[in-house]
Amino acid sequence: MKVDEHQLCWYFYPTCFFPSELYISQCELYNDDMNEDLKEMLESNKESLKLEAMKRVVGLIAKGKNASELFPAVVKNVANKNIELKKLVYVYLVRYAEEQQDLALLSISTFQRALKDPNQFIRASALRVLSSIRVPIIVPIMMLAIKESAADMSPYVRKTSAHAIQKLYSLDPDQKEQLIEVIEKLLKDKSTLVAGSVVMAFEEVCPDRIDLIHKNYRKLCNLLVDVEEWGQVVIISMLTRYARTQFISPWKEGAMFDENNEKAFYDSESEEKKDQMEAKTYIMDPDHRLLLRNTKPLLQSRNTAVVMSVAQLYWHLAPKHEVTIVTKSLVRLLRSHREVQYIVLQNIATMSIQRKGMFEPFMKSFYVRSTDSTHIKTLKLEILTNLANEANISTILREFQTYVKSQDKAFAAATIQAIGRCATNISEVTDTCLNGLVLLLSNRDETVVAESVVVIKKLLQTQPTQHSEIIKHMAKLFDNITVPMARASILWLMGEYCERVPKIAPDVLRKMAKTFTAEEDIVKLQIVNLAAKLYLTNSKQTKLLTQYILNLGKYDQNYDIRDRTRFIRQLIVPSEKSGALNKYARRILLAPKPAPVLESAFKDRDRYQLGTLSHSLNTKASGYQELSDWPAVAPDQSVRNVEVIEPVKEWAPLVGKAKQRKSDEKFYSDEEEEKEEEGSDSSGSEDSSSSSSSSGEALCLFVCLKVYVFCLVTFILFRVTTPSFGPVKTYELLHHMTGKGLSAKYHFPRQPCLYQPSMVAVQVVLTNSSDHSLEEIHIGDRNPASLNLHCFNTIERLEPEASVTVSMGIDFSDSTQAANFQLCTKDDQFSVSIQPAVGELFMPITMTEQDFSKEQGKLLGMNETSETIAMATANTSSQAISKQVLSVANVGVVSSTQNDIHRFAGRTVSSGALVLVSLEMKESSSALLTINTEKSVMASMLLRDLKQALAQA
Amino acid sequence: MIHSLFLVNASGDIFLEKHWKSVVSRSVCDYFFEAQERATEPENVPPVIPTPHHYLISVLRHRIYFVAVIQSEVPPLFVIEFLHRVVDTFQDYFGVCTEAAIKDNVVVVYELLEEMLDNGFPLATESNILKELIKPPTILRTMVNTITGSTNVGEQLPTGQLSVVPWRRTGVKYTNNEAYFDVVEEIDAIIDKSGSTITAEIQGVIDACVKLTGMPDLTLSFMNPRLLDDVSFHPCVRFKRWEAERILSFIPPDGNFRLLSYHVSSQNLVAIPVYVKHNISFREGSSQGRFDLTLGPKQTMGKAVESVLVSSQLPRGVLNANLNPSQGTYTFDPVTKMLTWDVGKINPQKLPSLKGTMSLQAGASKPDENPTINIQLKIQQMAISGLKVNRLDMYGEKYKPFKGIKYMTKAGKFQVRT
Repeated sequence: MKVDEHQLCWYFYPTCFFPSELYISQCELYNDDMNEDLKEMLESNKESLKLEAMKRVVGLIAKGKNASELFPAVVKNVANKNIELKKLVYVYLVRYAEEQQDLALLSISTFQRALKDPNQFIRASALRVLSSIRVPIIVPIMMLAIKESAADMSPYVRKTSAHAIQKLYSLDPDQKEQLIEVIEKLLKDKSTLVAGSVVMAFEEVCPDRIDLIHKNYRKLCNLLVDVEEWGQVVIISMLTRYARTQFISPWKEGAMFDENNEKAFYDSESEEKKDQMEAKTYIMDPDHRLLLRNTKPLLQSRNTAVVMSVAQLYWHLAPKHEVTIVTKSLVRLLRSHREVQYIVLQNIATMSIQRKGMFEPFMKSFYVRSTDSTHIKTLKLEILTNLANEANISTILREFQTYVKSQDKAFAAATIQAIGRCATNISEVTDTCLNGLVLLLSNRDETVVAESVVVIKKLLQTQPTQHSEIIKHMAKLFDNITVPMARASILWLMGEYCERVPKIAPDVLRKMAKTFTAEEDIVKLQIVNLAAKLYLTNSKQTKLLTQYILNLGKYDQNYDIRDRTRFIRQLIVPSEKSGALNKYARRILLAPKPAPVLESAFKDRDRYQLGTLSHSLNTKASGYQELSDWPAVAPDQSVRNVEVIEPVKEWAPLVGKAKQRKSDEKFYSDEEEEKEEEGSDSSGSEDSSSSSSSSGEALCLFVCLKVYVFCLVTFILFRVTTPSFGPVKTYELLHHMTGKGLSAKYHFPRQPCLYQPSMVAVQVVLTNSSDHSLEEIHIGDRNPASLNLHCFNTIERLEPEASVTVSMGIDFSDSTQAANFQLCTKDDQFSVSIQPAVGELFMPITMTEQDFSKEQGKLLGMNETSETIAMATANTSSQAISKQVLSVANVGVVSSTQNDIHRFAGRTVSSGALVLVSLEMKESSSALLTINTEKSVMASMLLRDLKQALAQA
Repeated sequence: MIHSLFLVNASGDIFLEKHWKSVVSRSVCDYFFEAQERATEPENVPPVIPTPHHYLISVLRHRIYFVAVIQSEVPPLFVIEFLHRVVDTFQDYFGVCTEAAIKDNVVVVYELLEEMLDNGFPLATESNILKELIKPPTILRTMVNTITGSTNVGEQLPTGQLSVVPWRRTGVKYTNNEAYFDVVEEIDAIIDKSGSTITAEIQGVIDACVKLTGMPDLTLSFMNPRLLDDVSFHPCVRFKRWEAERILSFIPPDGNFRLLSYHVSSQNLVAIPVYVKHNISFREGSSQGRFDLTLGPKQTMGKAVESVLVSSQLPRGVLNANLNPSQGTYTFDPVTKMLTWDVGKINPQKLPSLKGTMSLQAGASKPDENPTINIQLKIQQMAISGLKVNRLDMYGEKYKPFKGIKYMTKAGKFQVRT
């Protein structure tokens, strides 16, 4: 930033020279000028100027310059009509709102309004920005907006609300509980658009609430293929964790390393038998299988992250013999960008340690090319080393020979280490490798030689016998080696095996004594070491040399060396002070030492879940979720059963509740099942009286169902809303005294009727209060005979104290005339009647305020009934009014911009005539109630009911 | 997930930053610069760098580092794949993805990044959807916008976003309906000193350019689908039908897209289209080296080998090369020691060769290793695996489209060790 200003200033004033103070003030002036300019542009009336200014402001933000001064000028434009300008203002707001919280509040009302916009895109972007403004004061507003949007019609808006959950959580973690409720609701969503985002929110907010997943597990598995690719990654990794807690291990005991054992070929028969036996004991949970089956096609995804996540899922969850299917896909990813290769190779490296067999056929894909970058080369080398076995070692070693000559010396050094590892792992080639490495000792490059020495040292340590030749050879080369690490290694070897090279070792020490002062620290330490060991084994020749070296060490600049010298002197040179330890000096210094184990750097990486950041870094990243071990006993599988088949999400809460209540009861009525499911099993009903008609009925039901589905579709199109909630009033149909023990109650569930759209749904609860069971409960004659009634199917038997809920449909033809019919048991008949309240004869609909006014305008004069009514004081809030009105009539609330007018809309069930209710508040708790509908009789009855309800406290 | 994004150019300047959550100070990039300094080559910067409070995941493309700042556990490939998708989108919008192009279109870039991520989670990455949201800048549109004041930003939710085929927008109309498919195969091979093949495999892609009206449903079948060993599809391809019938059935996106990438099974022998005769030697004690290279065609089924380009990284000790090409031109960069020879077409009658001497640093010892030779080439009208498209059918629309299929073979990572 400064640089630019400099240049500009010098540009404007090229000839003058100012003292620094003046210069700075000029800069500020210029800065102010520029901001002034922008401010002016933003405040102008011309849209094009504003847009131009905003574009420049965004340019400033992109460069990381501070543009916060312009906040007031920018925020004014938040309600601008121009969509591009608006978007740029949003960008600005999100960037600076945190710094200018008070001013940011000015913009909130705009978003709140936009949240109600009919255009889903505008609703969604309003929510996006509102939730991105990190101002703690608006947390309640955000919460409300999220809750509302989570129930939005548009899946896109619901998706946005899932994103907003995470934002709100990071702003205010105290909202966790409420947010979990929203997550729970959104998890039930069936839209593929929402699934990925809500699982992401779940992972962020409450990853430990695994219980929320149970019911949605199967749905998520089935939706997975159609979810957008980023969502797939998130869902797969969540399901991996889930599966590890819910299913038992598919890995057979002891079969872990089966593939590395080569015996399988010969005794495959016995193996098979064993397999079969074990297969009997382990049966995979069908849900476990479902997950594996549904993720498999995703291996073909073009998105590398998806492929990797499926691979890790198989690695962590699939039976061992199925994991191999991921190999090809992983190898395919190696064709991708450098960074992708890097991550994939890391994961393959970890996999190849445990499962050589998986990647062995693809060994050639890991051959190094000179154009690969260094970390790719090293990883490939790592994998090749892991894959090496007796069969392929010669090929691999030949390949390594090429690598050793590479111009990339770091890589050449890594290759030497790899050769060392091959040599220790495969005993057949140890000698070959050693000889090869010894040849490398005469290489011209220092790093190569040094690395070889270090590796040879490690190799010799593993099998120190008969290698004195090599040690002699190294001693000869010693003068030419300059790398400290290598020199130190050779000296250590001399000391350790000084008894094998009795003539050479003292000579080396002699040379070292000469150059001691010029050596590096690690070399000095080893010289002291060598001296001590020789003193113990061959004190005759080396006593003086040792004394000399110890004296040199005593006055060394490095305190480590001084310390070591003092320690060694006390240990080996007998004196009065040294005491008992001196006797054991030989055993201390020349103890046989365990050989170093050359193992892969990826050895213990498998403690992290594959494909994670933690795995890639080999440290636990923040927010890493541990993958749990398989449970020993499978947790209850039935938790994933979903009994409720929700017809359409909108009605879900009601249906769900009703159904669950029923299933609790002893008797699970057949009819219920039939009409709620698909009626296909009705032909199997055993009863003689109904079986004759059952197939016809099934057909009828099927037709009904079709009509029903059609209705649902039309309802959705015209946005018929959810049934409004309110306390459900229950009416008595038959008292148990008159019914000889059979009692019946009914209520209006306010759902669209399943059987015919013109019918009103009625739910009847039949209870047997007598001491004997009642049989063949059914509906008999009806009055008037033309009454269109959908009966429930005959109930075969109702045990004492049992009750059953049945639904029926009645077409009241938009009149409050009672429906009279007979309720019969095997022995008795009782006349009963259902008298509907007028409010139950409506269906709610939603409409906008404009539509409402328009429709109201069409229903004036004769069709309008109005009255000024007195309101109970408790009923003056809009919530109370809605509650009262909804308790009386099944209508929908029309959102209103005016506070003092409340509007409700519905249709009559039979004829579909519009019913519009509006309530205009007047002073002193009175209100004007207006009902507009063609059905004037119903209007007056409704008016009476409403008047009564609103007057009540 | 993704917290912030910094764009860093080759000289180590941050020229663009974007934050999706709270602002992260750009000083976090210092850790990246440290790693950059430590790396000898630009490609050697590790893709994942931990810092005390954040993690940096970067990709390098077009000599720009895209550095994403992450705060907590996330699959690294997720971020890497996304960053590459961002680069692809920029390339799609601006034709090139260079620092200049990004700086010129900073507003569009910002609008794009805003749409692509919400709170760090990818929102819209499909180019069809993005193009409806934000129209790519063209000269004509820029002019119209300045005159009429209209914008590049769409007001409606893209139709694709909600449909079951998110990759295709509705209401596509063309006067000429055409569908072109390019089958491009690449040979990856390592040839050893003696000319024998160490490893060779064929990877192929089918790139499509489909400009069809309405909602066409296409099926594409192969003569020899068994050749395809491992495949990955564009999301539009119906996997079930491929599994069952080995037919590609799909509703294509509008415009250019990659339909399929595949790997030809390793059981099949790979035909190597060229051979290289080489004699590169350095003598101990002399400051001269000999360089002698001849190329010839091999197993090309009679097709001409074109656009041949040979490059080789000569050992560090080489000061200069004095060579004589029988055709084409060669360059030697004394700083990077890179030798490139643009050969052009190989004429089987008169094989191209490059001969001459290299001068070495006086007193320097003989390099241990001979340089590797990388070869690029193209062969038109042939897929080296022998893959053949059988037919392409269209359902769902009435018109007759114009269909075209082109085959090409290229060298991928084709290396000859000497």
